[in-house]
Amino acid sequence: MEETKHTMTMLVDNQPGVLSRVAGLFSGKGFNIESLCTAPTMDPHISRITIVTKANPPVIEQIEKQLRKLVNVVKLRDMTGAKAVKREMALICVRARPDLRAEILRIVDIFRCKVIDVGAEHYIIEVTGDEGKLKALINLLKPMGIKKIARSGTLALYREPK
Amino acid sequence: MKLTGAQILMQVLQEEGVDTIFGFPGGAVIDIYDELDKTDIRHILVRHEQGAVHAADGYARAGNRVGVCLVTSGPGATNTVTGIASAYMDSIPMVILTGQVPTQLIGNDAFQEVDIVGITRPCTKHNYLVPSAEAFPRIIKEAFYLARSGRPGPVLVDIPKDVAKAVIDYQPIEEVRLKSYNPTYEPNMKQLKKVVHLVEASQRPVIFAGGGVILAGAAAELTAFARKVRIPVTASLMGLGAFPGTDPLWLGMLGMHGTYRANMSTGACDLLISIGVRFDDRVTGKTDAFAAQAKIVHIDIDPTSIRKNIPVTIPIVGDCKISLQHLNQLIEQADMADVEQKRQGWLAQIKEWKNTKPLAYKQEDTLKPQFVVEKLYELTNGEAIITTEVGQNQMWAAQYYHFDQPNHFITSGGLGCMGFGLPAAIGAQMACPDKLVIDIAGDGSIQMNIQEMATAVQSGLPVKVVILNNAYLGMVRQWQELFYGRRYACTGMDCAPDFVKLAEAYGAVGLRATKPQEVESVLKEGLSASGPVIMDFKVDREESVYPMVPAGAPITEMLLV
Repeated sequence: MEETKHTMTMLVDNQPGVLSRVAGLFSGKGFNIESLCTAPTMDPHISRITIVTKANPPVIEQIEKQLRKLVNVVKLRDMTGAKAVKREMALICVRARPDLRAEILRIVDIFRCKVIDVGAEHYIIEVTGDEGKLKALINLLKPMGIKKIARSGTLALYREPK
Repeated sequence: MKLTGAQILMQVLQEEGVDTIFGFPGGAVIDIYDELDKTDIRHILVRHEQGAVHAADGYARAGNRVGVCLVTSGPGATNTVTGIASAYMDSIPMVILTGQVPTQLIGNDAFQEVDIVGITRPCTKHNYLVPSAEAFPRIIKEAFYLARSGRPGPVLVDIPKDVAKAVIDYQPIEEVRLKSYNPTYEPNMKQLKKVVHLVEASQRPVIFAGGGVILAGAAAELTAFARKVRIPVTASLMGLGAFPGTDPLWLGMLGMHGTYRANMSTGACDLLISIGVRFDDRVTGKTDAFAAQAKIVHIDIDPTSIRKNIPVTIPIVGDCKISLQHLNQLIEQADMADVEQKRQGWLAQIKEWKNTKPLAYKQEDTLKPQFVVEKLYELTNGEAIITTEVGQNQMWAAQYYHFDQPNHFITSGGLGCMGFGLPAAIGAQMACPDKLVIDIAGDGSIQMNIQEMATAVQSGLPVKVVILNNAYLGMVRQWQELFYGRRYACTGMDCAPDFVKLAEAYGAVGLRATKPQEVESVLKEGLSASGPVIMDFKVDREESVYPMVPAGAPITEMLLV
């Protein structure tokens, strides 16, 4: 069976150890985590965890059931597909040789990202977008020499009724 | 009402109806022990914390209630882990109370500090580190609620010493509600109606019962259902006793060491009604070949059990007892008039399997372990509570002792934890003081928690231990014989204590039989003794458990005697 990427977000009790329960479930059951992010919501007692995982359909079903079984998981939603908006942020430190600076800035402009730090040898670029956009940008910057990269992991929210 | 944390704990324990605790004191729980001593709650002082957890397990299963144990921080807590893992695998309702170093020392590598909440996260249903005395009453209430509701399981509460000492204004918690935890008890009626249609249409149905039936207290409902629809019943190791082992519809246990007729009928059935099971690999063998011709119905309270290992036709999330009650009502309206006639061919086929390949062992001059269990069954009229260790002793107990009632067979099914039987027997004896409680053991397993003999003697618990002594780690030896060219790597237990003298050293009675003729008299004498007894049966060293399905093979491909 084919493995597909799924984005799941869950509302969890904002307590010590809850992230460890969620992450431990994935490692203990042999599920994989591609990215994970967590932060509190408007309700200080509740945090939102967003996980991107890749698995075949029966395993995805197990992951969802196992997560729902955790006492601290209040609500779980599969954010895969167009019903949810998904964004990821990345900070990319790219080598900026004088002869390539203009080219890099052009790319930054096209992708509507920002240069947030400049040095003699580098730019740090801040970019937000969906997975495809980040991938395209990284591919374009790679030949210039990416020195370091930090990615936030995917965040997702369900679209409200129009 | 101003109370200390320890006093609050005693209040809540009594509100929860706890009358027995298995435990072992230590520095971090002195305050709790000091209060415990002032209550009517009985405390059984074990000799090792693992024993406390297994005893609470046996107590929970035999008595159908939440088992409770109390241990200190650090090593006291880590020693409970194996017992907790076993209870978790078998879904046993249990609350484990561990002491912890004072809150301000947590994280400092303090004396006897360990992160037991971190350690037990994957093997508890839920666990808590109590953050403050104010949160304590609610947490204890939640722990009991979680342990016994839904799919039961062990819940650990880690109590820092300062929480036990702190004085707060205690307000009893009336009701526990967790917004994120709502087990589904009521099954979907549409799905149940489909089951009835399948029952009406099927030619070769089989019911497969598991530990969930026993935990839900649904044995009577299951028995009524099976008899009404005339469907033969098999069970997992955990399900033994869910259906009477002497009923003509009983197929015997299913799986790796299941009976020929149970495995064959599961292989040939066109409908498998599975209730309170989780399709362990020891039951299914090769999953692709398991009940390959059957439509599978799966009733379980835990949604994660469904479609985890085996694809099912009709999934039903719900309590086994409530689901069976509904099924029994629905079946009243179904057309079951010609059921007797309809089942004739199928039941005749099963009978033929039973007659041609019965559960058997070679009758020789040597003392056979199966013979000991058969005699034990006979002499106890099948009414004893049997606990087991793990390995051959466990399988022979499951095969040759026939359980007519639930809560009478207590074994570490999922984890397969050697050293389980003796402490579990102690717990079962506490829950059922008037019952005969017998641990069927091996010489290897019994040595893993033999120290609990002192607990039995000190607490006046007349548990009987039947050691099937082959001076081997027999189940591993059997695998080595069959699949590893008879290379018995490190499975010989040539040096063992003299179990008769050892029993006497503990202040118990020790007996021994070496020949078949001695079995009956030793059992009679041992079982009628008023205190704890160890009976050492020197059995045929290389006897193996049959039938056996090699790991990963279809369960219909059995090695027979």
